[in-house]
Amino acid sequence: MRPRRSIVARPAAWLVWGLVAFFFVNLAGVIGSVVVSSFGTRWFDTWLPEGWTADWYSAAWDEFDLLHVLLVTVEVSALVVGISVLIGVPAAYVLARRSFLGRRVLYLLFLLPILMPPITYGIPLATVLYKYGFAGHLSGVVLANLVPSVPFVILTMTPFIEQIDPAIERAARMCGARTRHVFLRILAPLLVPGILAASILVLVRTVGMFELTFLTAGPDSQTLVVALYYSMSAAGIRAQQSVDAMAVIYTSMMLVLVVVALRFVNPTQLVARVKEDVD
Amino acid sequence: MTEGFAELRLDGVSRSFGGHEALADLTLTIRRGEFIALLGPSGCGKSTALNCLAGLLPLTRGGIWLDDRRLDTLPPERRGFGMVFQNYALFPHMSVRGNVAFGLQMRHLSRAEVRRRTDEAIRLVRLEEHAAKLPGQLSGGQQQRVAIARAVVLEPSLVLMDEPLSNLDAKLRLEMRTEIRRLHQSLGLTTVYVTHDQEEALSLADRLVLLRDGRTQQVGTPEELHGRPANWHVADFMGYRNLLRLRAATVTGAEAGVEGDGLRLTGTPVGVIQPGDPVVAAVRPEDVRIAEGAGVPATVEVVEYHGREVAVEARTAEGVRLYLRDAAATRPAPGDKVQFTVDPARLLVFPAST
Amino acid sequence: MRHSTALRHRLAERGIDRQLLLLVPAAAFVVLLFVYPFLYGVGLSFQPERGGPFSAYREFFADAYQRDTILTTLRLALPAALLNVVASVPIAYRMRGRFRGKRLLTTLLVVPVTLGTVLTAQGLLNFLGPTGWFNRILPGDPVRLTNNYWGVFFSLVITGFPFAFLLVLSYLSGIDPTLERAAATLGAGSWQRFRRITLPLLAPGLATTFCLTFVLAFSVFPSAVLVGDPAGSTRVISIAAYEEAYVRYDYPMAATIAVIMGAVELLVIAAVLGWRSLLYTGSTAGGKG
Repeated sequence: MRPRRSIVARPAAWLVWGLVAFFFVNLAGVIGSVVVSSFGTRWFDTWLPEGWTADWYSAAWDEFDLLHVLLVTVEVSALVVGISVLIGVPAAYVLARRSFLGRRVLYLLFLLPILMPPITYGIPLATVLYKYGFAGHLSGVVLANLVPSVPFVILTMTPFIEQIDPAIERAARMCGARTRHVFLRILAPLLVPGILAASILVLVRTVGMFELTFLTAGPDSQTLVVALYYSMSAAGIRAQQSVDAMAVIYTSMMLVLVVVALRFVNPTQLVARVKEDVD
Repeated sequence: MTEGFAELRLDGVSRSFGGHEALADLTLTIRRGEFIALLGPSGCGKSTALNCLAGLLPLTRGGIWLDDRRLDTLPPERRGFGMVFQNYALFPHMSVRGNVAFGLQMRHLSRAEVRRRTDEAIRLVRLEEHAAKLPGQLSGGQQQRVAIARAVVLEPSLVLMDEPLSNLDAKLRLEMRTEIRRLHQSLGLTTVYVTHDQEEALSLADRLVLLRDGRTQQVGTPEELHGRPANWHVADFMGYRNLLRLRAATVTGAEAGVEGDGLRLTGTPVGVIQPGDPVVAAVRPEDVRIAEGAGVPATVEVVEYHGREVAVEARTAEGVRLYLRDAAATRPAPGDKVQFTVDPARLLVFPAST
Repeated sequence: MRHSTALRHRLAERGIDRQLLLLVPAAAFVVLLFVYPFLYGVGLSFQPERGGPFSAYREFFADAYQRDTILTTLRLALPAALLNVVASVPIAYRMRGRFRGKRLLTTLLVVPVTLGTVLTAQGLLNFLGPTGWFNRILPGDPVRLTNNYWGVFFSLVITGFPFAFLLVLSYLSGIDPTLERAAATLGAGSWQRFRRITLPLLAPGLATTFCLTFVLAFSVFPSAVLVGDPAGSTRVISIAAYEEAYVRYDYPMAATIAVIMGAVELLVIAAVLGWRSLLYTGSTAGGKG
């Protein structure tokens, strides 16, 4: 009875797809201009640069000490992901499974660091971290980045855990499994997809997190975004194109991460997990 | 773990949720090998009772004793009970074999022992060809068998079943009912079975516990609950579909005359009844007979075909609605005028207050 | 023994047991690294270097250069968030259900998330700049679209739209499609189905999406510096806070601005969520799950 729905049907549909196309064309322009510029020699008031070169990449690599910056980025993200999963998943488990006095207050408390602009708590946080000697080092950057990451893990894992039938854990207990075994043998395998999804989302957020890292990093603990920002705001000294090259490196890295992420997370099921119509 | 116990004692077991008593003072002694059914409408506290027994829900009063060992302070994994869940709760990432073996592995039995007992349990529920499949690849009835095998493989001192047949279709439900009965007879496992289906409870259990609003209404054999309900709530639940709110006229030992709404009937009093008391007179549809000539006149309104019998809904001139059964051969039709009688021994008269 | 059983029974009634300990690390963490610094910041804002406890706040509101940053930020964040949400709805509505290439299209829409502020900024400067491709295609005199309000606005749309779109799409996928089919059998046309069935069920999700997109837009900082006019038309409140803390080293003033920033943002969110609470927010599945 139901005809197969075609995506292009009526003028309204054409308008919508036109808008999408317009967005993509401009997006392509924005990205393309940076990529072209990063490979160009001299480019001034013409359609395309005068010649092509890959020198800007090696220049950026040496000039900005990119190897070190990349290592710091990897180190910070790995620590943030690991710690936030370790702290966040057990808390998400309790929030998903139990109702107790103060649950809503606690939930709100976990929601706030995600809702507030990073600058608002970042500045006092940086002040406190400087007071106790954490800021300016890797540890300060990690601590600051954990503030939105732990709640993020909790908020993404809670609905995930809620959709696992609690009777399964009860069944394991009735089979004589201790808490440790229930977690290791039953919950862990069922939670792996959710934990992977949450980790990758945290990873993407951490690599892209500018404000908190910017406020707490010292010269040796800058991640790639912050290094990029400094290189661009001090652009007078450096060639535009080497900044472009660095931005392209950053974006390729993020793109790899996001493509990997999309293998594990279906973006349309972030909120609700409803089976799509098969027919 | 608990070989050879004599009895399991529930002593005033209660559970309240923030002031609301979901289960109040359940006291019951279960003998070894007995099949007990906890019966009642939804929300009556039967699942609460089961979860308290399992240890999945802490008590708020009372105690549970296995002979003289106190169980209610132990976590579920140390009580040594087996449980079959309503939606089976199979571990979705483990094969049938893995599900059944899980409990044995938790007891750190030798590999050979685990294998032997797992195979045996899978054979018992006749799932040999499916042992390597994941639960998602099985039908509802097969999943049900896995759940049962997983619960009984540990030879638990008590098997708890939480409405295990409610997710199956009618035919499969009958099959699995026989299967559960067969397993219980061959293994002799003490069982507590929760259900809202009185027919299921009557056919399976040695003794029934009927709950209402968290309180025990009656404990007894199937015959006792079926033929001698303790109050009209129990009668209502046990299939006494005609509940007539009348007034006692005469009470003479084993007989009570009741009247009201243009009816005048004789029944058997249950409990203390004085003339003039408001009463509830209860009778099953199959004990109301259509009689030629004598009896209360009524008009047939709805007829349902049930094969050999028909279920008839009729209404008296005063508007009292009655449910009765009749042989399909007589073919009553809506609009027919009929007369019916009730056997005094089958009409139970309860005080209306309880 | 008796005593401990009684205690156990009392705790059981309140739903308290050892499992709740799993919450402790996360709770301690949020208190130490979020609540404490935040309260410390609030305390700092009431201890300015000169004047009484409220003088930092008074100073902020007395100085038009500082005070206007609130309006500047709202003027950027509100329209950007609104555009992102409103544009997402028809596109997501077209894309609900299954069709070939949906996965590719959603992946493409996620790409801007990877760009980061700096590439977006560089790209906007290159593409929309006076000699960029955009102005080359456009006839006539070059339009000035960078280093002003529009540059920042576009960067907020590029980073915010995919995010809003994905959220709206996932809320839409959560609405049981049989509801619309039921409406169709009752004679509702496609516009009526959208207007009377889908939109009311989607509205709470839209409110949440708006809040999250607004939070992103409201905390705009790097792009306001890089593609905007950080001393003038796009001097947003986070720039003001940053300058106090890292240029003038006036920490009480920086904390004051941070508190004001948080308060303004929470006010907007509270207003939107207040409106949301008036809507139907129950299950979006039809009948039993």
